[in-house]
Amino acid sequence: MHLSITRWQFVAWSAGIILTLPLIFLVFESLIPDPDVFDHLWNTVLWDYTYNTFVLIFGVLALSSLIALPLGWLIAYCDFPGKKQFEWALMLPLAMPTYIIAYVYTDLLDYAGPVQIWLRNTFNWQNPSDYWFFDIRTLPGAIVMIALVLYPYLYLIFKTALREQSFKLVQASQLMGYSARQSFFKVSLPLARGSIVAALALIAMEAMADFATVNYFAVSTLTTAVYDTWLGYYSLTAAAKISGIMLLFVFMFLSIEHFSRRNRVVHERGGVNNDAMLYKLSKYNGLLSTLFCCLVLLFAFFIPVSILVSYAVSYFDQAWNSEFFIYAWQSLKLAAIVSFICVALSLFVVFNQRLSTKSIDLIPGRMASMGYALPGTVLAIAVLLPLSLLDGAVNQFVGLFMEEPGLIFSGTLVAITLAYVVRFYAISQGTIEASFTRISPSLDMASRSMGKTPEQTLLKIHFPLLRRGMLTAALLIFIECMKELPAALLLRPFDFETLATHVFQYVSDEQLELASISALFIVLVGLLPLYFITSSMESAKFEEELTNE
Amino acid sequence: MKKTITVLPFILATLASGFASAKDVVNIYSFRQPFLIEPILNKFTEETGIETKVVFAKKGLIERMKREGKHTPADLVLTSNFSALLQLKNAQLTQPIQSEIVNKNIPAQFKDPDGNWIALTKRVRNVYSSKERMGALPELTYEELADPKYKGTLCTRSGKHPYNLGLVASMIAHHGEQETKTWLEGVKANLARKPQGNDRAQVKAIKEGLCDIALGNSYYFGKMMQDSKQKVWAESVFINFPNQTNRGSHINVSGVVLSKYTKHKANSLKLIEFMSGESAQKMYASLNMEYPVKSGVALSDMVASWGKFSEDAISLHKISENRTLALKLIDEVKFDL
Repeated sequence: MHLSITRWQFVAWSAGIILTLPLIFLVFESLIPDPDVFDHLWNTVLWDYTYNTFVLIFGVLALSSLIALPLGWLIAYCDFPGKKQFEWALMLPLAMPTYIIAYVYTDLLDYAGPVQIWLRNTFNWQNPSDYWFFDIRTLPGAIVMIALVLYPYLYLIFKTALREQSFKLVQASQLMGYSARQSFFKVSLPLARGSIVAALALIAMEAMADFATVNYFAVSTLTTAVYDTWLGYYSLTAAAKISGIMLLFVFMFLSIEHFSRRNRVVHERGGVNNDAMLYKLSKYNGLLSTLFCCLVLLFAFFIPVSILVSYAVSYFDQAWNSEFFIYAWQSLKLAAIVSFICVALSLFVVFNQRLSTKSIDLIPGRMASMGYALPGTVLAIAVLLPLSLLDGAVNQFVGLFMEEPGLIFSGTLVAITLAYVVRFYAISQGTIEASFTRISPSLDMASRSMGKTPEQTLLKIHFPLLRRGMLTAALLIFIECMKELPAALLLRPFDFETLATHVFQYVSDEQLELASISALFIVLVGLLPLYFITSSMESAKFEEELTNE
Repeated sequence: MKKTITVLPFILATLASGFASAKDVVNIYSFRQPFLIEPILNKFTEETGIETKVVFAKKGLIERMKREGKHTPADLVLTSNFSALLQLKNAQLTQPIQSEIVNKNIPAQFKDPDGNWIALTKRVRNVYSSKERMGALPELTYEELADPKYKGTLCTRSGKHPYNLGLVASMIAHHGEQETKTWLEGVKANLARKPQGNDRAQVKAIKEGLCDIALGNSYYFGKMMQDSKQKVWAESVFINFPNQTNRGSHINVSGVVLSKYTKHKANSLKLIEFMSGESAQKMYASLNMEYPVKSGVALSDMVASWGKFSEDAISLHKISENRTLALKLIDEVKFDL
């Protein structure tokens, strides 16, 4: 038995180290002294940037919670008109890249956009001083844009957690005379706390790593500072230093996340889910819920999509390109591979955490999750650092016997794949870890006392129970991969184009109109797994009831 | 576990794709959008049978090349501004472009003395002004943009964009650090809004009455005239060439370098020669509305209609030396914040 535990540890630690290598190289880079640039930034703009970053992160967290928590609860526990459709439709905004939604809303709400022009014509206002209209290209604007596409994380994870909670607890709270609101705050929220914090940590990291939106909105954050120092001052070292500060934040988020989960003693047994809803909403409240869902969907999905469609129609001749299908296929393949690798690795890592009694085994998962908050381009360079060394070594060695093979790691899709895995591993780690904690350790003990090996326990006991968590993780990662831009842009080999990189060449020139069709493709291809996985989660529900019996 | 084993070959096969194969090709790292250079590259392929492949990114390509070292697949790098050309040379990623044809086509001021880069097109940093509210400004200077009489009327993209950095660096080269800083503060005080958007967005803002004057590159104006939606924006402004009364307008260049480690040197030289030649230079002028560097190449009708102007003759090297200082000043006056 001792041997098999070592095997788990070996895999988990190898995964942890490989995924952290790029970051380690980056940290080494940051140790090279480069006081000039860093001091200059410190004395001028760095504090503004840090402040903006904090406001951005906490703004996005607050707004996503305001949107996602009520939605999750309504969908999990209540019945109202259109609920079945909303349940999956509320995930749609996730398929919308932030750089596209930001672009579309700027076009719409800018001073020169149709909304303000209409207002001016209607009320006969002449110039900006005649009236007040919020400016979309601001920090609050960026918060709204990012929250609109990130809230589905929290919604999905919270909803899943509520479903996995025992309904009996909520029913008991009802019997004790709790109102719906009391029960939400006193029972559902505290019980789902671990999942909520896990989702918020993901959202915080994603918001911190965002470059496209804040750059487009001319909001300077730490990410901006990283790019300025690297591409403006040509100092990768100073850029690595600022990335280091950001990584510290991430470590903080992850520790908070872990801490919040550690305090939980209760492992829920999993509820028997049935279609009988816990709360009957009054007709008025039911309609209100429907309206709320509609509004969220309208702003986060249908308005941007319909604008994209209108671009696509009026610019069809210039925007159509028969190579879309190739781009779509390449994006899809890459996304599928990355999702698979992430989920498989986190299974190993999380299972090792579970088997081990030592807290040192928590390290691989924590380490490997840190890449999520790195801005894509910086991550891309960080990935190149070890890969190009490796390539150099391989070429030198092989070169002794035959022709040098060239860049077999950094020059192929290995580089993009590694970058994506490093970036999105945190999603699967967070989701699967959260699912794992919901499985009572007594199940492990029972299985082991019946003479099953850890492998058998994983396959026969945990695997089926984790299915939903794994699917959720795979879905989230898949969609993120479809949208991910900077790493693909910088690391891709010749002849490899994803939908996102194709869109970017036009967006970078503020000509989204010309890329509207491929932008729609990104959304559509993202919708496929969304539909597939939502429906398979429905069927997974039934099996879970059986396992819970 | 079994599933894992079945998907592994698929994963490996996919990962290995993109592994470069040597053929009759030229591999290009490009800072310029593919759709801008595609027509020229297609023509090249048509004439020579040599294929071209492009990886386009706006950021990080130079860093990628540094890391790839001698194994880099890149044969050429196309840049959209001068600093990138110089950065490539300084990072020792280039080699001299030795070609009689290129030497004949490109005037001396538009190529590196050691031949490590050549410019392909010129673009002017213009000032657009509202036809309705400002009129043409034939005597405007960059210096005047800091004049309080323009308070609340000026729009521009981020000060840190290479095009603006180039302009600020040229101001430092002409006036020194202190004076430029005062100038930048004055310009910032005149801004109608926080720097944002690209050069097109500034013209749009003039059209909508948000500002009256804006900095912008010449070719955007031409590109906008060709776009059905943006044509009305462009028609609402005059394009002015600053500093015609003294040193002339600030210009920047796009250009190309030959990778030190190119594996297709002959083909790459052919492409560089092609790009410096009459027909490609003409295409740059007519498709992208840029100014050709090869002398004697006709401007497109539209570019010609903007009129003759004098260029700031200061060397690009001199401007480039002040680039980092320019960036520092922009941070110091918090231009973008």
